[in-house]
Amino acid sequence: MTWQQALLISVVALPAVGALVVALLPAGLDRQARIVATIFAGVTLLPAVLLGFQRPPLRHPFADGSTPVRPWVDFSVGWVRALHIDFHLGVDGVSYPLVLLTALLTLLCCGYTIWKVPAGGSGRTLAALLLVLEVGILGTFLALDLVLFFVFFEVVLLPMYAVIAGWGGERRRAAARKFVLYTLFGSVLLLLGVFTVVVAAGTGDLLALAGGFGLSRNTQYAAFALFAVAFAVKAPLWPLHTWLPDAHTEAPTVGSVILAGVLLKMGTYGLIRVGVGVAPLGAAWAAPALGVLAVAAIVVGSLVCLRQVELKRLIAYSSVGHMGFVLLGIATLTVTGIQAALIGNVAHGVITGLLFFLAGAIKDRAHTGSLADLGGLRESAPRLAGLLGFAAIASLGLPGLAGFWGEAFAVVAAVERGGPLWLTLAAVAAVGGALTAAYFLRLLRRVTHGPASPIISALPQPRLAGIEWAAWTPLALLALVIGLVPALVLAAAADPVAALTGVLR
Amino acid sequence: MIQQLNHVALLPLYAAAGTVILVLVMELALGRRGPVLGVAVFGSLATAACAIAVGGRSTSTFCTGGNCSWVLSPFATVAAVLFALLTVGVLALSAPALREGIAPAGEFCFLLTSSMAGGVVLGYAGDLITLIVGLETLTLPLYVLVGLRRFAPGERVTTTGASAAVTFFVISVVSTAIALLGAALLYAATGALHFAVLGGGSGVLAPLATVGGSLIVVGFAFKVAAVPLHAWAPATYDGAPVPIAAYLSTASKLGGVVALAAVIAHLDTGPLVAVLAVLTMTVGNLVALRQTRMVRLLAWSSVAQAGYIIAPLAVGARGVPAAAAYAVFYVLLEFVAFGVIVALRPAGADGGEIAAYRGAARRSPWLGAALVLAFAGLAGLPPGLAGLFAKVTIVDALIDTGWGWLAGVVALNAVIALAYYIRAAAILYAGPVGIAVADLRAPKLPVSWPVATALVAASAFAVALGFAPQLLFDSLIR
Repeated sequence: MTWQQALLISVVALPAVGALVVALLPAGLDRQARIVATIFAGVTLLPAVLLGFQRPPLRHPFADGSTPVRPWVDFSVGWVRALHIDFHLGVDGVSYPLVLLTALLTLLCCGYTIWKVPAGGSGRTLAALLLVLEVGILGTFLALDLVLFFVFFEVVLLPMYAVIAGWGGERRRAAARKFVLYTLFGSVLLLLGVFTVVVAAGTGDLLALAGGFGLSRNTQYAAFALFAVAFAVKAPLWPLHTWLPDAHTEAPTVGSVILAGVLLKMGTYGLIRVGVGVAPLGAAWAAPALGVLAVAAIVVGSLVCLRQVELKRLIAYSSVGHMGFVLLGIATLTVTGIQAALIGNVAHGVITGLLFFLAGAIKDRAHTGSLADLGGLRESAPRLAGLLGFAAIASLGLPGLAGFWGEAFAVVAAVERGGPLWLTLAAVAAVGGALTAAYFLRLLRRVTHGPASPIISALPQPRLAGIEWAAWTPLALLALVIGLVPALVLAAAADPVAALTGVLR
Repeated sequence: MIQQLNHVALLPLYAAAGTVILVLVMELALGRRGPVLGVAVFGSLATAACAIAVGGRSTSTFCTGGNCSWVLSPFATVAAVLFALLTVGVLALSAPALREGIAPAGEFCFLLTSSMAGGVVLGYAGDLITLIVGLETLTLPLYVLVGLRRFAPGERVTTTGASAAVTFFVISVVSTAIALLGAALLYAATGALHFAVLGGGSGVLAPLATVGGSLIVVGFAFKVAAVPLHAWAPATYDGAPVPIAAYLSTASKLGGVVALAAVIAHLDTGPLVAVLAVLTMTVGNLVALRQTRMVRLLAWSSVAQAGYIIAPLAVGARGVPAAAAYAVFYVLLEFVAFGVIVALRPAGADGGEIAAYRGAARRSPWLGAALVLAFAGLAGLPPGLAGLFAKVTIVDALIDTGWGWLAGVVALNAVIALAYYIRAAAILYAGPVGIAVADLRAPKLPVSWPVATALVAASAFAVALGFAPQLLFDSLIR
């Protein structure tokens, strides 16, 4: 094992060990346990960052005719021969930004729990669950074996359920149950899809499978149909999104941040890596349907947001719209489109993570999320209002901030694709983008501007705590930096994306 | 005719039968609880050791004309070891109740080890007669064990146990009759009893053989509590002492699986088994959704699990390894679940209402964690990795053999099943909502060491198997 492989494994192993250590600490050491969890999350970030330096210089794809998707670092060891499972991890340009984002968000969330534990359960357990979630999410992004991907995909289900059901809002039980049953429905379809492919191909190696592996047309159609629905539930894609608003609204702040920031990305990442990667013919076959649904999601998400009266619910529905752009990008199956999807993924993770942190801070202080009761936040908490304004504007896609690239280039990709269908979709998506601006401006008008409502003017602690600044600053900076230098996310992805889409040409 | 017997191959059976006799003698000679229990545990462990020791060989005995009635196979070894270990486990779970004198220790141990002896025979059986005799030896002592309950003076006498025993007995007898009729018809049609030569008949007798095979399958389906012969399970489990319910839903069910697998591998009963599997898992899961008592919930869920186990058997011989693997994973997790219930309840108490478990995991975090592990595993989700691999195994086997639609039904059922597992698991961690303060302060019962040991061992085994499932697959195929 080289030290690069050791880095790769430690990215998954460290949070797992951390979760175990934190869970085994005695209940009396609650605060110390949360600090230990934060330390583990922080230590996990180190190898995640170091992996970035293992990036090989840009290659010209297909020059050497070898495997089209080659990871920077990978590690493989046989696990369960009878089920064709290898413990095969690897990182490349498609997964790396998401790995980094996951490690960062988990660190911020664990740090946040040191300061504030939502009512419902012990902070120690919550911190341990956050680390388990990190294991599952990172494992999903790093898995290069189809069955291993599925196993990690399943790991997040119950911890996320526990986070929502244990530390959530008033109607948490129902929301958590809906989340877990809905997403398990997606998972079992993934299981069927995975074995449709593994049985037909005789291997679960994603590197070997990339590009279709010569699977028959019908197998690819069936597999992609299963994958598409499975990932559409997770992403979520309209009309399979109905679990999301409840789950986001009821989840505690850190739960919402992880859920919106990285958990949803497992769906879109899976669609790119597994859906398009393993069943390209199926992807080409289903692309128009996927595109239409994605655009419907954009429009429906925006329209619902325009009428939304609850802060967290509004942000949750805005996720439906944003993920619609990401899925539109993927559906075009062009290099531009998939790159737009990748950057849209990261941008949404950063910005929506920030938005949920801010919404949580507002709800914790005002004890209401109703837009009617909020108003004039600028008056009593100018910094909080300023940050909310920044995040909202980043989210609506102002050029120069992170949200812009994903949305704009998803539309551009649809136009590039050409033909009446894709041009129409591009036009409708662009209108959806304008609606996004409309509802975020409405949000700002209702929450930050206008005369201070009684609740806001009586805000008990309008000042922001130091740990809040610490948790939010990295996200705000990232939203700006990615907006200014999108190449940070995209440069490394050029090779693998070209390889993925190259098969389709 | 004088047969050459290979006594080494018969060692597991000798050990099991010896245990039974020794337990009986100890009870008569000493009449004290400790030695009897000790001998029963020691004998069961010795049985497991013998099974492992002879497991490496591939010998047969009781042979006539090339066909043998006692065949060593990897699956038989695994089954025999499991029966022995489950017996040890159930003895451990029963220890507190036996100490309280809720059941007479001597009779209890004698009956339980007799049942084990029947179970050990099952896997090795090479013909229908041996199989059915083994199955009956496994089941017969259980009629008594289900109803075996002494009431302390002044304690309210209930007939739940007795009625559970009668229910079990009546349905069991009917199903045995069906299986025997099937065996008789099959023998009439084909003249074969040994599995090696079992098969559909030819010519005019073919329909007779088909009917016979189907009747055997239906009769054996009773043991695994498959629909339509499932109705006894919830009533019997709930009326029986919890450790016996644990034995019924693990060892007894395993016996049914072994018997079904042996028969189905040689008969063409695919469509019938597929229909049974679909009905069993769907009915089991849907009814489990509505249960309010813990043991009934587990009973219905175990009906559903039986559906998953027999689903790959629809494939025929190729599905047997998957069904066997699933059965092992399931038995382990189910045992952990029942073990936690025993530990959480007072000695000799029944499983109680699900609502009575509110907040239990906050009082006993380790027991709560074990139950979550078991429930998650039964639902096929991490952290119950063993259960996840169980589900993956059967989906793999079904898709591999072209039964994709059945895999789809299994997958959708897994979603339904999660709804009740998660409801029961969430109750364990639920806070004090809508419950009297007095109940909340329910004393944390001390867990006696035999129960704790059994639970730790079973949980550790389940976790280990979750991380290294290949060990099981290797031992099943070799």
